[in-house]
Amino acid sequence: MGIDIRNVSKTFGNFAALRDVSFEVRPGELVALLGPSGCGKTTLLRIVAGLETPDRGSVLFDGEDATSRRVGERRVGFVFQHYALFRHMSVFENVAFGLRVRPRAHRPPNAEISSKVTNLLKLVQLDYLGDRYPSQLSGGQRQRVALARALAVEPKVLLLDEPFGALDAKVRQELRRWLRRLHEEIHLTSVFVTHDQEEALELADRIVIMNEGSIEQDASPVEVFERPASPFVMNFLGNVNIFHGRVEKGRALLGPLALDYPEHTTAESRPAAGYARPHELDVARVDSGGGLWAILETANLAGAIVKLELLDDDRRLLQVEVAREHYDGLNPKIGERLYVTPKKIRVFVEQN
Amino acid sequence: MAGTKSPSVLPGFRLTLGFTLFYLCLIVLVPLLTLPARTATMGWQAIWQTISDPRVVASYKLSVGAALIAAGINAVFGMIVAWVLARYQFPGKRIVDAFIDLPFALPTAVAGITLTTLYAPNGWLGAPLERFGIKVAFTPLGITIALVFIGLPFVVRTLQPVIEDLDVEIEEAATSLGASRSYVLTRIILPYLYPAWLTGFALAFARAVGEYGSVVFISGNMPMRTEIAPLLIITKLEQYDYAGATAIAIVMLLISFSLLLTVNALQGWSSRKLAH
Amino acid sequence: MAHVETGRTRDPKKGLTEPPLIRWGLTAVALGFLFLFLAVPLVAVFTEAFRLGWSAYLNAIKEPDAMSALTLTLTAAAIAVPANLIFGVAAAWAIGKFQFRGKQLLITLIDLPFAVSPVISGMVFVLLFGRQGYLGQWLIDHAIRIVFAVPGIVLATIFVSFPFVAREIIPVMEATGSQEEEAARVLGAGGFQTFFRVTLPNIKWGLLYGVILCNARAMGEFGAVSVVSGHIRGLTNTLPLHVEILYNEYQFQAAFAVASLLAFLALVTLVLKTIVEYRTRRSMEPVGETGS
Repeated sequence: MGIDIRNVSKTFGNFAALRDVSFEVRPGELVALLGPSGCGKTTLLRIVAGLETPDRGSVLFDGEDATSRRVGERRVGFVFQHYALFRHMSVFENVAFGLRVRPRAHRPPNAEISSKVTNLLKLVQLDYLGDRYPSQLSGGQRQRVALARALAVEPKVLLLDEPFGALDAKVRQELRRWLRRLHEEIHLTSVFVTHDQEEALELADRIVIMNEGSIEQDASPVEVFERPASPFVMNFLGNVNIFHGRVEKGRALLGPLALDYPEHTTAESRPAAGYARPHELDVARVDSGGGLWAILETANLAGAIVKLELLDDDRRLLQVEVAREHYDGLNPKIGERLYVTPKKIRVFVEQN
Repeated sequence: MAGTKSPSVLPGFRLTLGFTLFYLCLIVLVPLLTLPARTATMGWQAIWQTISDPRVVASYKLSVGAALIAAGINAVFGMIVAWVLARYQFPGKRIVDAFIDLPFALPTAVAGITLTTLYAPNGWLGAPLERFGIKVAFTPLGITIALVFIGLPFVVRTLQPVIEDLDVEIEEAATSLGASRSYVLTRIILPYLYPAWLTGFALAFARAVGEYGSVVFISGNMPMRTEIAPLLIITKLEQYDYAGATAIAIVMLLISFSLLLTVNALQGWSSRKLAH
Repeated sequence: MAHVETGRTRDPKKGLTEPPLIRWGLTAVALGFLFLFLAVPLVAVFTEAFRLGWSAYLNAIKEPDAMSALTLTLTAAAIAVPANLIFGVAAAWAIGKFQFRGKQLLITLIDLPFAVSPVISGMVFVLLFGRQGYLGQWLIDHAIRIVFAVPGIVLATIFVSFPFVAREIIPVMEATGSQEEEAARVLGAGGFQTFFRVTLPNIKWGLLYGVILCNARAMGEFGAVSVVSGHIRGLTNTLPLHVEILYNEYQFQAAFAVASLLAFLALVTLVLKTIVEYRTRRSMEPVGETGS
């Protein structure tokens, strides 16, 4: 089922949580709503679920307006951040809940409920824990029960609110992989909210990046990483080195760097900044032009990528990532002066 | 009271709030409003005459005074009991702990007649005291003792959880820095307990001021000497002097409400103090 | 509710607790105080009740006026407790699951009966329904008796025992939040289904505790009922009032015999309270974690 969100706005008291937000989710897609706390992503998810009503705008499921449909009638599965499992019911009863509360006419017979629940528990690999209570499960297990419970009512859309936020790093990674495989298996239209960019980049077919109630960019993971639409997106997704300056007469003059910028040919000077990712900067001992000198402050050798921090003459901190072999070949010393060259740099001109 | 702007996901807001307000009005507010309503028809003159009558003044002094002393006694011993229950071990502690709530559970009339029998000149406790020349039954002392019984759980139950929640690391830190035990107790722990202590005291006081059942037997009800204010209200009602009864009641309510407000404020102070 | 001590041992040598002498001293003072004020009166009730032996005891209890007093007490409680239970649940639902202005005021209003002296609690009903009360004439015209009759007693009982259930479950409702209820709604549950299947099991111990306290107060109330009742033997006397009448007529043994019933009720209340507190603590303990 596809979801169409049109011009949704929502205010809480004086706080504008969502400002005229629109985007689409195509059937079978796994979309991530990514952004910092307070950007409105959870509010948007809850509006789709029917747990909140928008002040303006509409939500359409497969072209039909669902905005006024009540939460129990929307056929959505919702997985809460803190699971919201029914603490006094067993795992089995939790998963069976959605089936048991159906009105008599639509309620399947007990045997059918039992087999559905068992199959779902097998799907989430918890079939041996059916009699346990939520308090007896680990965080990762609870999350899977929450997922099974949401899937039991055969929803047309799966909505997950920071599903892995409350878990340890290792468990998070495992569940991420597991969710991706599950999605490939059942191809249910899914939207999940996260503030972890790694998670979004790894899991999603498409990422919608939000900030202060608006959408900054709506594109595939590769797209948002390689071609960020704004400084916010670039800054949010991973570390970034920023060179402030201006553009005029076809040139970008960014601190110690100067490069051609044909997009701005007028003589009028506009403030701008250049953004380069740590792996897009190179270090060497020779001045090959187009770069700047900096002193090596720290070198973090844990891993196949070496993370360097250098200070340039303007006291600017540069973060550079180089391959281990390159570092070994160069073998720089702390305090040594090195030449840093950006292989690729994106210039964003300030919009007023 | 404003409702939510859009229909909430959870149902029943209007229903439950509506029923709550309806019930509250019917059972509590409307009946209580008869008091100010009645007072308003009396005029200041009449009200003043009633409450400044020497007999009435004596009853106020008695009710409030005895309540104050009883609450004070409960504050001292209640602190000790709470500390012992929270910190020490002894056989049968669980049973003792459960019994603290006896004054809550026991009907006041039962407490009243029992205490009277106990402290009467020929009672188990009254007789030995008589030999020392101390009369308890039918004196203000007897009233005070009954009020100690009534207010006993308040101080203990307010202090107990706070003492139990005390962070032992604070004591460990102070002790490792060289503080003596008495210093730790008086300068570090005690100040932490003040808000809860005061709250318990205020609750015991509030309860004791309006107490009737446990006191009316042991007091003897001698006007100007051992007549408590609630009894005076009943006397006036029996004489169909509704206006007089109302006047006395209003003053008592004012005392109770200001105590309730104080307790609320204290609890606010207490939660702020504990929140760091 | 009473609490259980955390299991940290305190070594006096480390200066983390008082020296043994002080500890024993304080314990003795505490126990002495409690013995004097709690144990002695409790024992005295039963001693006095059985002073003249078993048959006198039974006679006092089986006496018709005592029996009708018992009936009236039970009736008043049987009406007051369920009514206050429904109120408590409704109030806790509104307060615990929703946001609205004036919530704090509402909570304070619910606590009102605690701040009012029992005599005043009864008196307001006399002012409302008594012969010279606001509705007095109207009631006389319609031959309805509230004051000095059973309805008045029931109303006064409801008034004094009214906050208990609400006060116990409001914090529980607030603490459990509304996430489980939201989850139930998304899964398609209706309003009542959500309440009975999800909310109720979460509050059951608090509910039980509140009912126990409410009942104890309803059955034991003296002052308020005394004002409203008119003390008509066999008709408008509850057990506590009957105790008073017997005592004032110098029938001490009979008075204590009836009082012992109430004391027994108090003991049962304490036992039930302790059990519920124990069960509540148990249900809140984590039951151990397994690996992922």
